[in-house]
This record gives sequence, structure tokens and C-alpha cells, in this order.
Amino acid sequence: MPKVTVDGQEIDAPDGATVLQACELAGKEIPRFCYHERLSIAGNCRMCLVEVKPGPPKPQASCALPATEGQEIRTDSEMVRAAREGVMEFLLINHPLDCPICDQGGECDLQDQSMYYGRGATRYQENKRAVTEKYMGPLIKTIMTRCIHCTRCVRFSEEIAGVDEIGALYRGEDMQITTYLEQAASHELSANVIDLCPVGALTSRPYAYEARPWELKKTLSIDVSDAVGANIRLDSRGREVMRALPRINDDVNEEWLSDKARYQVDGLTARRLDRVWMRSIDDENAGKLAPASWEEAFEAIVKAAKQGGEGSIAAVAGDVVDCETMFAAKRLLAELGSDKLEGRQTGLDYDCSSLAGIAFNSTLAGIETADAILIVGSQVRHEAPLINVRLRKAAKRGAKIFLIGPEWDTTFACEFLGEEAGLLHDLPGHVADAFKDASRPAIIVGPGGLAAGALHPALSLASEWNLVRDVDGEGWNGFNVIHTAAARMGAVMLGYAQKGGIKDVVDAAPAVLLSLGADSLDYGTFENSLKVYIGHHGDAGAHAADIILPAASYAEKDGTYVNTEGRVQFAEKAVFAPGDAREDWTILRALADAFGVTVGFDSFAQLQSAMIEAVPALGEEGIAPLGTLPKGKKTPKAKGAIRYPIADPYLTNPIARASATMQRCSAELFHGEDMLEAAE
Amino acid sequence: MLADKDRIFTNLYGFQSAGLKAAQARGDWDDTKALLAKGQDSIIEDMKASGLRGRGGAGFPTGMKWSFMPKESKDGRPSFLVINADESEPGSCKDREIMRHDPHKLIEGALVAGFAMRARAAYIYIRGEYIREAEALQAAIDEAYDAGLIGKNACGSGYDYDVFLHRGAGAYICGEETALIESLEGKKGQPRLKPPFPAGAGLYGCPTTVNNVESIAVVPTILRRGPSWFAGFGREKNAGTKLFQISGHVEKPCVVEEEMSIPFRELIERHCGGITGGWDNLLAVIPGGSSVPLVPAKDIMDCPMDFDGLKELGSGLGTAAVIVMDKSTDIVRAISRISYFYKHESCGQCTPCREGTGWMWRVMQRLETGDADIDEIDMLHTVTKQVEGHTICALGDAAAWPIQGLIRHFRPELERRIKERGEQLPEAAE
Repeated sequence: MPKVTVDGQEIDAPDGATVLQACELAGKEIPRFCYHERLSIAGNCRMCLVEVKPGPPKPQASCALPATEGQEIRTDSEMVRAAREGVMEFLLINHPLDCPICDQGGECDLQDQSMYYGRGATRYQENKRAVTEKYMGPLIKTIMTRCIHCTRCVRFSEEIAGVDEIGALYRGEDMQITTYLEQAASHELSANVIDLCPVGALTSRPYAYEARPWELKKTLSIDVSDAVGANIRLDSRGREVMRALPRINDDVNEEWLSDKARYQVDGLTARRLDRVWMRSIDDENAGKLAPASWEEAFEAIVKAAKQGGEGSIAAVAGDVVDCETMFAAKRLLAELGSDKLEGRQTGLDYDCSSLAGIAFNSTLAGIETADAILIVGSQVRHEAPLINVRLRKAAKRGAKIFLIGPEWDTTFACEFLGEEAGLLHDLPGHVADAFKDASRPAIIVGPGGLAAGALHPALSLASEWNLVRDVDGEGWNGFNVIHTAAARMGAVMLGYAQKGGIKDVVDAAPAVLLSLGADSLDYGTFENSLKVYIGHHGDAGAHAADIILPAASYAEKDGTYVNTEGRVQFAEKAVFAPGDAREDWTILRALADAFGVTVGFDSFAQLQSAMIEAVPALGEEGIAPLGTLPKGKKTPKAKGAIRYPIADPYLTNPIARASATMQRCSAELFHGEDMLEAAE
Repeated sequence: MLADKDRIFTNLYGFQSAGLKAAQARGDWDDTKALLAKGQDSIIEDMKASGLRGRGGAGFPTGMKWSFMPKESKDGRPSFLVINADESEPGSCKDREIMRHDPHKLIEGALVAGFAMRARAAYIYIRGEYIREAEALQAAIDEAYDAGLIGKNACGSGYDYDVFLHRGAGAYICGEETALIESLEGKKGQPRLKPPFPAGAGLYGCPTTVNNVESIAVVPTILRRGPSWFAGFGREKNAGTKLFQISGHVEKPCVVEEEMSIPFRELIERHCGGITGGWDNLLAVIPGGSSVPLVPAKDIMDCPMDFDGLKELGSGLGTAAVIVMDKSTDIVRAISRISYFYKHESCGQCTPCREGTGWMWRVMQRLETGDADIDEIDMLHTVTKQVEGHTICALGDAAAWPIQGLIRHFRPELERRIKERGEQLPEAAE
């Protein structure tokens, strides 16, 4: 702990701290542009200059200078003030004065710092530099004349995303930041450079000229586009969500966000279900959906259920639904004498008897420290981009990573062992050796692995390799499952898991099927059921439904979500649902009245406390108690070639499918090469 | 005057062959094994005793620089010697003479120096434009390998040592030691932050020393003739002989090896045939390559040409690239041209240099014709001060100093031009 003096105030800086960090500890603000906690140190903006003794008689870049014992640091001397003013002046001489039309206005580091540290007026009489536009794809809008060459975007692409896509061309004042051959930045985290850019050089293309930051209402929410549960902030104006931004949570998303989570929000205003629809039965429009009233719909549901007899009703939860909705439906079904609940729409029937057996036990932050990782059937970049970031960090620290499944473009050093799930029973010697030697070994089973029956074989490997152990005095559980649905863990905790999966529900042939936004379900297997879709988008589920009850999306209701780690997180309501759409739980509550049963809650608060009473873990934010890791069964063996379930990473949920931005990304970034070929 | 017997570079002008045989006849590679047998520490001690200061411009004591290298590798990382042959400073042209006419001096020096700092190999980073020089040097390296002088068991000493030649792509900034290392690694040539210094983490993250060609090439001779012989030339702390490169308005521009601290007048009279138009016609001298401030005629004439002597004049010896300007020179235009050079060669990494060099050049351009206000001279001076000392590498300083030198010594000339131009313009009010 070096002892340093900052402006006469003596403090103990942590070992390995930089002078900048020491100054911040002392409560001094150090202006900076290029320095970012999560990126390597570039030291090129020169804004963070301070005076340090002992040292050369000139100001030092505090971001790059290690704090050492006995340093005398001044952040308020004349030398420092002049240095900052000088650097600020240099940054501004070629920066356009277009703040009034710049989307960064109001949240611009350059704007703010020039107010504090800059000169009042310019001395620069020459012409300003202009830089030609660069194309960076459908998400990133560039106005490169505004660039101050801090290289944060370059470092992010190289270091965090692991994609060498952005770099600098030319030198001196002609230096320009661009993507390789001016192609679109096409990785799944590309839009984070927009947040990183301290000026308005990289801004959000879909959000361009839409709003000013001070007009926006900011709501804390949780992302539902994958099962990572990234912490987000929804910025809304009136009834519209204008943008989603990441919040800082080191345990979950650090401060990154996947492009899908960020840009699917424009899908919240498209293809919405905003009134009740019923399929006509006996008039000339038979078989077509027609507008109806809530009463008519409820009457038809009750009638069908009564005809089916006691308990002839089932509920299937979709991928983006919140726990409260699922609990409300569960309570309703219980009152009607049914426990046919399922969340795994595509027919997966893996063992859900233990939460630990299907959770990401290492935790997202913990997987960074693993030193040997076996990934069974996961295209991590598509299924959980933010976990991919963690894996890259682990690989950089020297972790050996092996994958079973079809090859994909990883951003870390790894070895693909093959596509056959059966490899789990017959691993090559060097893999087994790597795991025996590892101190923090980990297995990750992805959805492709779950489909191939790899869960239990992987669990038995876990006990064979002793994945649950004590390392350096703390517990380590190296067994992990990656889910793709934000609702999955919550659904399992609430009992939406039949032993035989969806097949059990199909076999029960319920008279009424409540679909809670389930869009991947094969509705053909429920031919004789009255299919009631309670959801927010006119997607596959709504097309197949007999009755559509318009509900709220994740932005339009309070709700609890559980991510793939088993982390319980709470999202708040940002805007109101459109038209006649209601929050899901109120629909189910009204339906209970139509059935004439009592579910025991009349408000959201009551619903939530009933849910917490039933499943206490859902009442506490943080990782739920998952229990101990179950022993795996060796049979039946995993078999067959592994296939990844996500066909198009930009269009995985009904919101994203309705989003014009996501469709553009899909067409240009994901299918771009096919399109080029077709054009030839 | 340096006696012929005391010259280190005996084939500076290429009167003899550059080949191995001729080099050996001149004394190179003479029992190098015995030199190495002195031992690493003893070589470094000798270098310290010789008083050799780095010939690349900064003048850091070479022996001390070598002593920063780790004595043993604690983590298995090898050490490297990198030789900076990216001679791009305007006015400087000494290293090319060594490489094309006396390459074996450099290669032998590379072996001895590399051995002393326990390096595994030497990388010679040669300026891209030096095509023939690279060919000559590569030929000499091949000869040395064939003769067993370098490579496995170099000179029969039991020490394995490789020498690699790497050609640059023509960027001035790649002569900065850390940018050179970046470039050598295949990256964009941009200086690194220090610390860590190359001696701790340099090429490929391994301990590295970067030395100038001349600093390395003189090493074998110093060791053979003894440090006290070398230290016997020049003033205290400015020991040895030095290659001076005199260009500009002298009768016979040349590269010549001379004793350090030789007075400017003697250097010019003896080797260059005097100033064109006589001494009264001398206007100013840039004594150490384009990056050092100019010195007006009256100050330089009897100044000893060494590090400390020129520092007292507010300038520097640099690489001893002496640019002589007589009174026919448009001094403002000359400095403006130098400004353009630095604007063109700034790597663009850090703010003050990227933005400041362009600004300074643009103002300089207007000062050439006087199209400016008197106030702008002071503004330009503060801008140079805002660049100087605020950048990652010394290119910012190098861009600022020539202009500071101009303003310091030729401010009346700048003001005269502005006034004259102002008088020519018809007054708008009339």
C-alpha cells in the first residue's frame, strides 16, 4: 500500500493503483477521455495530466503512471491547469462546433470537460479538419469529423469483443478511425462502442435525432433477449421506449450489452396486439380472427374449460415472460384443478429436479477464473454474448477451452473436439488430463447439449472430475448450464417443468391451452384445444391462437426475472402497454373471476407476496439457493450430432422479430453474405 | 584534429571494399573471442569507463543503459538488442555510411554489445528508404554467418547469437525506440507509454535495449584500444570521437569523424572548406539535426561541438547533423519546412502533437509571408509550450523546439515581415 500525497492530503493507494486512481480515492476529479476502467491504458488523450514529484519537471499522464511510495501529486497547480487547458484547446481546434445537432449533446464528455477545463474562446484561426464518413453498419452512425482519436472503440473491439474490426488509418492529424475495409462492424457487441465514445463520433443510428437525454424518463429494467439478465436502463419518452442502455453490474453484464438487447426496443411499438381477437366459428368468416370484447373471450374460455371437465386446462410459458405472470397462471390452474405447466416449448425434457443441475453455478464473474472449460453444445456468441466476453477473459488468463459441437467463430483460443454428443463418454486423453490438472475446472452445457441428452453425462463428468471443490478457501462449483430463455430459470422454480416436457401436456389433451407468450410451441399438437394466447406481439403464437388476449411486454410491467445463474432480478415498468393491452396478471385475475374461483390476490403487491410465500427465493434479489449439484446418471448416453437451436441470433424472440432494426441487422449482418451471393 | 591512427571508421568513404576480408584487414573481427572472454560485466564496466554517450541524439551513457538489462532471466524470457538504423532525422546521414561501407563494425559491435547485455539476438531495424544500405548490410550479415562469426557458437566463444535485419516502411516516428519496437512486432508504429521501459518489457515483452548504429559500431574498437583511449578525446563527460555530418551552405559538405568538443569554426574550416561567402555570411546553424533549436552565427562560431557545449546555447548536439545556413537563407521558410515535416510525421496517437503540429505549421506558413498579427508570434510560442513536454514521446518536443529557437533568435525578422505586409495592404477604411 504505497502512501501518496494528493494536494496535501495523505492517502493509502491500493497496490498496483495508478496515480489517477489514487487521485480519485482522494476525491479529486481527473478529467479523461481515453482512459476506461475496463480497457487497456492508452495514455493518448493527455487530458489526465498531473504534477508528480519526484519526477521530471513536466506534467505526467496520471492514467499510466503507477502510484509509488512517497509521491507528491498535485492536481490543482498552475502547471496542471495550464496543461489541461492546452490539451483541451488542441482537442477542440479540429472538433466541429455542431453540438446543437449532435446526438451526444447533453451526455458528451468533451462538452462537459470543455466547460470545466477549457479556455473561454478559441485562438485557432485556420480551417478545421473534415473527415469523410465511414460506414459501420446499421447500428453505429459515424460522424468522424468529431472523433478525438481516443481509441476506446479500437481497444474495445480488440480486447473485449475479440474482433479485430476497428482500427486507425494514416497518421498525425490525418489519422482516421474506421472499420476494416469500411465494412459493417458485425459482431454481437458492436454497439457498445457508442457508449464508449466520449464524443459524438460514434452514435446510435436507430436513435439518431430521436430525443435529447434530458427529455427521457429513465427506468431500471432487466433485459429479456437472452438468459443472462443484463441490467439495463430503459429511456422512454411518453409512451415509447426510445433506447436501452446497459447499467453497471460487475456480477452480470459489467457495463456491456448485446446489440439485440440494446436495439430490439423499437420492436415494442411494432406488430403489437392491442385488442382482443377471437377466431369466428360459424359465420361466413369462420376460421378467421375477428375483434371481440374481453367478456366474449372470457365466456368462450370458461365454456370450453367447463366442457373439457375438471382440470382440463394447461399453461405454457413463453421465453420472455416474468415470474409474476407465471405464478398468476399457476394459481389459476391450481384453482381449476390442473398442474399442467410447462416452459420448454420446443420439446426438451431434461431433468429439472434440481436447480443446481441446470444453473450456471460458477456465476458469470466466476467463470473468468476457470482454468479448464468444456463447452458442450453451445454457440455462446449467439446464445449469451456476455458470457462469451467472460470466456474470452478466461482464455486470456490461460484457460484451456474445449468445445463439443459444430465449429463456430470463437473469439478465444480453443479446441473443437467434434460434433458428436457421444464424445462426452469418450473424451480424448489430453482433455481429461487438462481437467485433472486444473484447479478450477468447469463444464458448460448449452441448449444444443441439453437437446442431445448431455445433461446427465455432463453431471457424471462433474462428479468424476470433482467440479465442486474448495479452491483457495472458497467454494467452487464448475458445473454450468446456459439457457437461452429469460424465463427459463423462473419457470422451473415455479414448477413449469413436467417430467416428460411438453409431451406430458400434449398427452393430457387439455380443453383450454393458456399460452403465456409462447411462440416457439408446435400448436399443431394441440389441435383440439382452445388455444388462448396471452401475449404482446402478433407472432407465431398469435397466428395459431383461437383467442388472443393482449398483454404487456417486459417494458410495460413490473416483473421478476431469474437469469441462467439463478440470479433473481427485478425490472420496473417503463411505459404503458398500447391500446386495450393489459398487464398479464390482471388478465389472469379477471379470468379467475370469469371462472368464479378465488386466486387470492387483487393487486400486484398481493400477487408478489403470494408468489414469494410460495417460492421464497423469488423475493430476494441475488442468486437463489440452488441446492447441491445432483449426481449424474451415465445412461442413457448422450448421442447424435449436436445442433445449435438459434438459427438467426438477431431474431430470437417476438420483440426482436418485430423490430425493424433487428431485421435490418439480420439481413445485413447475419445474412449479408447470402444476399451478396444472390445478387451476383 | 583527430589523427588518422585514431579513427574508428577507417572505411567511411568506401575507398576500400565493405566485404569481410577487407574489414578483417582493417582490424575488424580481430580475435573477437578474446573480447568476449573479458566477460559481460567487464565489458559493461569498460563501456562506462569510456564515457561513451548514445549517438542517437539523447546522449544517454551507453554503458549505464546496458547495465539496466537483467543479469539473468528469472522467467525464461530472453533479452534482445535492437539496433536503431532508422536514420530519418533531416540532416542526419552517418549511419548509412557505416552500414554501406563498414557494416562489419556494426555486426561485430552487435555481437559484443549483445553478449554484454546477455541478449539472445540483435534486430537491426533499418530505414525503408535505405535499399542499397540494407543490401550491403545483409550481405555482410550473411558473410559473418558463413564465417561462423555470428550464429551458433559465435566466433568460437560458445555463445549463440543471431543478427536479424528488418526493413522499416518509411515512417520517421519508427526511429523512436518504443515505436520502433511496435513496428518490429508488426504493429502500427506508435510510441509506447513509459514505464515500463524497454529494459523491463520491450520487444515481444522481453527485456530490450535499443541503441543507435554508431553507438554499437564503436564498441569493438573501444574495447580493443581501451576505454581510456576513447575517454581521452573531447571534454569531460563528452568523450570520444564522433561522426559529424555537415550539410548546407559550406563549400564541401561531408561526413567526417572528429574529436568531440571540436570548436565549430575548426570543424568547418578543416573539413568543409569554410562557409559559402565567408564567415560574415553565416546566418545560423542547426547543430544537431532538424529537431534541435537553431543557433545564430555569433553564438555558434567558437562553441565546442559537444552535448554540454551546445546545451549551454539552448540547443543540442543531437546526432551531430550540422545544418549550416548562410544569409541567403529564408530562415522563416526553413523552419516552416521543418514544421511541415513534423506535422507530416506525427503518428497521431496523442493529442498535443497530433493537433499541435498542424496548427504550428499553419501559423508558420502565414508567418513566412507575414500574413499574421504580431500577437500571433506570442500565441505560437505558447502553443509550442503546450506541446512540449505534454506528449508520450519526444516528437512533440522536436516539433516545438525549432520554432522556439526561431522566435528566440529571429523575432525581429518575424515582426518585420508582418509589418511590411501590413503596409502593403491598402487600408480598408480609406
